Amino acid sequence: MPINETLSQYSNWLYTTTVAIYVIALMLTLVEQGFGAKGRQAAERSKQRVRELVGAGGPVTTETPAEPEPPREVGRPERVGRMGAALLVLGALLQLSAIVLRGLATHRAPWGNMYEYGMAVTFITVVAWLVVTWKFPVRHLTPFLLLPVVILMFVNGTMLYTVAAPVQPALQSYWLVIHVAAAIIGSGVFLVPGVASVLYLFRSAHDRDPAKFARFAPKLPAADVLDRIAYRTTIFAFPVFTFGVLCGAVWAESAWGRFWGWDPKETVAFIAWVVYAAYLHSRATAGWRGTRAAVINIVGFAATIFNLFFVNLVTVGLHSYAGVS
Amino acid sequence: MTTTETPKKPNHTTPVKRVLAFLRNTWRGLTSMRTALVLLFLLALAALPGALLPQRRLNAPKVDEYITAHGWWGTLLDKLEFYDVYSSVWFSAIYLLLMVSLVGCLTPRSFEYFKAMRAKPVLTPRKLARMPHHRVAGVERPVEKVLEEANARLSGWRRVQRDEGDGVHSISAERGYLRETGNLVFHFGMLGLIVFFALGKLFSYEGQVIVQADGSQFCNGGIYNYDSFNAGLRVDGTEMAPFCLKVDDFDARFTAAGQADYFHSNIQYQAGEDLKSGTWRPYGLEVNSPLRVDGVRVYLLDHGYTPKFTVTFPDGSVRTMATQWRTAVPATMTAEGATKFDQPGITDEVQRRTRQLAVTGLLAPTPQLHGGILTSVGPELNNPQVAVDIYRGDLGLDAGRGQSLFEIDQSRVADGRLKKMTRLNMQVGQVTTLDDGTKVKFDGVGQWVGLQVSHDPTQVYVLGFAIAMFVGLGASLLVKRRRLWVRVRPGGEGEAGTVIEVAGLARTDQAGYGEEFQRISERLITGEKGS
Repeated sequence: MPINETLSQYSNWLYTTTVAIYVIALMLTLVEQGFGAKGRQAAERSKQRVRELVGAGGPVTTETPAEPEPPREVGRPERVGRMGAALLVLGALLQLSAIVLRGLATHRAPWGNMYEYGMAVTFITVVAWLVVTWKFPVRHLTPFLLLPVVILMFVNGTMLYTVAAPVQPALQSYWLVIHVAAAIIGSGVFLVPGVASVLYLFRSAHDRDPAKFARFAPKLPAADVLDRIAYRTTIFAFPVFTFGVLCGAVWAESAWGRFWGWDPKETVAFIAWVVYAAYLHSRATAGWRGTRAAVINIVGFAATIFNLFFVNLVTVGLHSYAGVS
Repeated sequence: MTTTETPKKPNHTTPVKRVLAFLRNTWRGLTSMRTALVLLFLLALAALPGALLPQRRLNAPKVDEYITAHGWWGTLLDKLEFYDVYSSVWFSAIYLLLMVSLVGCLTPRSFEYFKAMRAKPVLTPRKLARMPHHRVAGVERPVEKVLEEANARLSGWRRVQRDEGDGVHSISAERGYLRETGNLVFHFGMLGLIVFFALGKLFSYEGQVIVQADGSQFCNGGIYNYDSFNAGLRVDGTEMAPFCLKVDDFDARFTAAGQADYFHSNIQYQAGEDLKSGTWRPYGLEVNSPLRVDGVRVYLLDHGYTPKFTVTFPDGSVRTMATQWRTAVPATMTAEGATKFDQPGITDEVQRRTRQLAVTGLLAPTPQLHGGILTSVGPELNNPQVAVDIYRGDLGLDAGRGQSLFEIDQSRVADGRLKKMTRLNMQVGQVTTLDDGTKVKFDGVGQWVGLQVSHDPTQVYVLGFAIAMFVGLGASLLVKRRRLWVRVRPGGEGEAGTVIEVAGLARTDQAGYGEEFQRISERLITGEKGS
């Protein structure tokens, strides 16, 4: 079937609009993060929250309903932050439309090349972050997540852009839908614990020595909250990523003649998998919890980014059908 | 928790004891989680060069190129096995150590697991109010009824009811044993996967062969039928599943932009009984649908063009050759190669060696001429043309040295044993006549397919273990081990008829248990039906 140029054009416009909206959301939430005492209050709130979640601080759940949230001071930075969050939701919807239109334009799963893959991964990251802000009071951290997302989307839209086209025969398989979707969800969600772990390092360094990052770190939530966010997103993404790798092996068996051949992409996926496995083990090992676990998670984050870009753009392997030459 | 007890130093250590102590400590060190973590890291680090440096298994010529380009540094890396990372001593050492560590960790855990599976839930603690989750409520139902309801409510839990005297009864319940089950299944699955992956390397083979897509045949008779062959240590080529196939045609379609869109090759095959009866079965070979027959898989991995030339020698003898040319520019399928001719009917060796012919050059499927230079602007066959040099002389075909199928031996051109007769562009059907009256005709272009035949008897087991791993992983991450206690006693002065106390404790990562606890305790207290 021929490519629908009109839909593809709309998809491109939506993509550009999404980036613009994310930039505005980034600036608005940056106001909330930067000005106002909101950050510090958020830190206080999240401390209470973590006690409830962890349930380690003694009897919390009693006959009396949970204590009401402290009355919210709706200051200006907070209102601006809410606007930013609303824009973030709007941006995510636009990005979803861009992905769907791309799929309709090409009559296939809209993740057949690097550009489409990057578009979908950043979408998943934003959605994962929206879920996190819904469960944890960390909306004011949005800028730290949006910054890498915006950079990735900019690079993706300028350097890696590929015109809508059908995919080559090797990719014409239902495994494209399953394997790549799992890889996208896994990688997309993995960016969230990466950012949370970086923030964790700042916060825990400050907790050990209050002179460090004295202006920045107090606005972050408690280290426990960041650790929890990193852990819960990782244990969601890790099985999905594992599933993606396994499906990739099954697909490789029918497309390339072997289920595992140490192709660069396979190798780096293996490395990222091992690093995240180390992260999960480290949280169960005395002396490795906390900072070391966070560092391991950041290494996993680096491996994921490396796998997203470097492997496809620099090395030559079987996964080099990125549409970039 | 670390033990603070320090072992007493025995006064008389015999060498045997010392050796045993050393072994014990080594074993403990190796099987500790810390060591496992370090090994995991080393494994990740050791795998990295495989992604960054060219690997012999994937691309041997590129390795040679890399070594040449990097001088002593390249040679050093070669000595350190950096171009065969995944079969290197150091990579193997890390993963073997990791496997030992894994076994050492899993063995005691399995014993503990079987013990725990038989053990009853722990006694109900005296002071339930100290638990992270706790509720007390008075109801007007009798104690027995409440207990009965609680047992029904907690049917999915492993539980034990105890009479604590004075009419007080308690239920101790525990759930989420699947977490440890999943954990063990995951790790044993991984162990099995690694073992069968390694076994597969011993018993598998993989061969590549190019077959003309004009009804040509290929039989899996032995290693020498292949253009290249990689085999495991236990494969000597004598026990290969016998089968034959014929490649009838090949069809490739491209988009307007020249991107491949569709590859299809109609083949026929015979295996097993069919070999005796001579029955051919048809199959449509495509990139994502290999032919699977008799434990062997046949893949369509490559394709290209085969120009056909007919040479009419001065004595009237005619020879037609269709030799595959290799693809030089994948985007436009521009092919390069050499088609070599030997004049038939000449018995004199010396004579013969002066009369061999080679047609060598470029093939443009969709030609464009620009100032006499031929290039291809598309991958499809569209009035194809060739730009060739025709050489005559001694090709060295019987010099005892192997030579490339796609090239002529340039040293023979340099020392004059091969002479260039002419250079020209030819269209299909065009004939050129050499100085001695030899006619060379460009007949047309056929297609070849690159097939791969693979055999790996263990891969289905690897898949089984991989699925076990995944299921185990899911269970170990999603299932939560948690405890719940119910204590029911008759109410005292100024209390309701029956007092129910419920407490809960999550033993692993607790997130989410609060909500479940609320739900269950609510039902226990109100006595509502529901799961």
